[in-house]
Amino acid sequence: MNATMFRTELRLYFRDVAAVIFGILLAPAILAVLGSVPAFRAADPELGGRSTISIYVPIMLTMAVAMVALSMLPAQLATYRERGILRRLAATPARARDLLAAQALTQLTVLGIGVLLVLTVGWLAYGVDLPSNPTAFVLGFLLVAATLFGIGLVLATAGSAKMTQGLGSLTFFPLMFFAGLWVPREVMPETLQRIGEYTPLGAGVQVMQDATVGHWRQALHVVVLCAYAAVAWGVAARFFRWS
Amino acid sequence: MTVLEVLNLHKRYGERIAVDDVSFSVERGEIFGILGRNGAGKTTTVECVGGLRTPDRGDIRVLGLDPQRDRDRLRRILGMQLQESALQDRITVREALQLFASFYPDPARPEQLIDDLGLAGSANTAYAKLSGGQKQRLSIALALVGNPRLAILDELTTGLDPQARRDTWQLISDIRDRGVTILLVTHFMDEAERLCDRVAVIHDGRIAALDTPAGLAAKVATGQVLTFRLARPVPLDGLPGVTAVTADGDRFTVRGNDEALPAVVAELARQGLSPLGLRVEQSTLDDAFVQLTAQTSASTASASTDGVTR
Repeated sequence: MNATMFRTELRLYFRDVAAVIFGILLAPAILAVLGSVPAFRAADPELGGRSTISIYVPIMLTMAVAMVALSMLPAQLATYRERGILRRLAATPARARDLLAAQALTQLTVLGIGVLLVLTVGWLAYGVDLPSNPTAFVLGFLLVAATLFGIGLVLATAGSAKMTQGLGSLTFFPLMFFAGLWVPREVMPETLQRIGEYTPLGAGVQVMQDATVGHWRQALHVVVLCAYAAVAWGVAARFFRWS
Repeated sequence: MTVLEVLNLHKRYGERIAVDDVSFSVERGEIFGILGRNGAGKTTTVECVGGLRTPDRGDIRVLGLDPQRDRDRLRRILGMQLQESALQDRITVREALQLFASFYPDPARPEQLIDDLGLAGSANTAYAKLSGGQKQRLSIALALVGNPRLAILDELTTGLDPQARRDTWQLISDIRDRGVTILLVTHFMDEAERLCDRVAVIHDGRIAALDTPAGLAAKVATGQVLTFRLARPVPLDGLPGVTAVTADGDRFTVRGNDEALPAVVAELARQGLSPLGLRVEQSTLDDAFVQLTAQTSASTASASTDGVTR
């Protein structure tokens, strides 16, 4: 890990106003819009007495991670490659893993801020309970982030920034479907719920939701996430290209 | 002490042979030029030396290290300035130097390089806002920030204005005086003539000649170049000492050895002509380069004189 590289990337990130707005403020903004619908704030017997908005908090968090991991991270790396920035680095002793770590940590920092905002908005404005098992919540969040970053880095090996962005969207929508962005998983048909448990984001949302209501269990989801993360990072490191 | 040794280097891209049996060696403290037209194989050669490309065949040793096998150790003692590379738009000069310094075990002080390269005024300027000359100087600074033993500089002064080129040349001489060996890729003759101790001329992937700039110039058959204007065209081929004649309108260029000048003047006097605006120049590296990398000058000359006599 090269601390100077991480610091530099983080500084550069915060100089890009558009990226900051997209990366940090989008999820809290969407949550605020959803939360302004009164019906979403009411307890819903179909959701086991929870409000729609409380279901959406973990989904928003997952979506924020997915957007950053599948769109911003690979686009950033692909742009660096297209512009010859990676080529320049390849002529120095800098290691690929330092670069990937600095990029991932930068985006993770940004996400961390976004998560705190989502939780704060949900809690203050709409009375959504804060995660009752913070340790499990943080670990779950990091695991989801690690998995999605891995997938994002695989996309980043694909080539041009345009190609990477296309693949990012192509991956984002089905993954977010199973995460319950459009239809909460609680009201999905049984079969879809089962399939969803084996997708990275279906399992991811479940892990975060479990942590929110206080339990650890659901080893299946953790195993699913770990498997995706291991394969993705392995593939990303193996096929990483400087130019 | 030999810093760099290249032996029988071959590299092809698909059907195209980029580098064909190139061998040379560079001694410590030398500025060694690699000269060639665009696409001659210069960049491929230095990228193989830098370990950025894998040669198909041949042997490269940089201070005893194999660029492929000892990639990591090579990176620490080699500084590279590359064509077609860039930095992040928003990174400042100082940040870029600090970042690159962090990659090396024993880096130069970024502030020192900022001063040495005349970047003090733009140390806090973002990369995207730097002028071409400033970018180029930053690029050189980045190649030197690791305190390299060997620096590879590719197309150093392309895109610089004349003053910036001269400043950069001075800088390269200074760097060499600190004991850094320099491999300089260029297609500018004046640059090679001014800076290089020795020059390898690469043509179609092969070394066409390897000598000091003066040695190369002297080797060219045309020891002297006469240029002058004439009131009417006269055939000057076949005069003693003349090897080539080209004509462009009324402007004549005659290449030849020391006998050429008296022979040409005598012939013109016999025909009742005097050469207008006569200039006599010793042939330069430029002439040597043209002769080594173009069609032979004899065939060019006869083609041109045909044009005149027609």
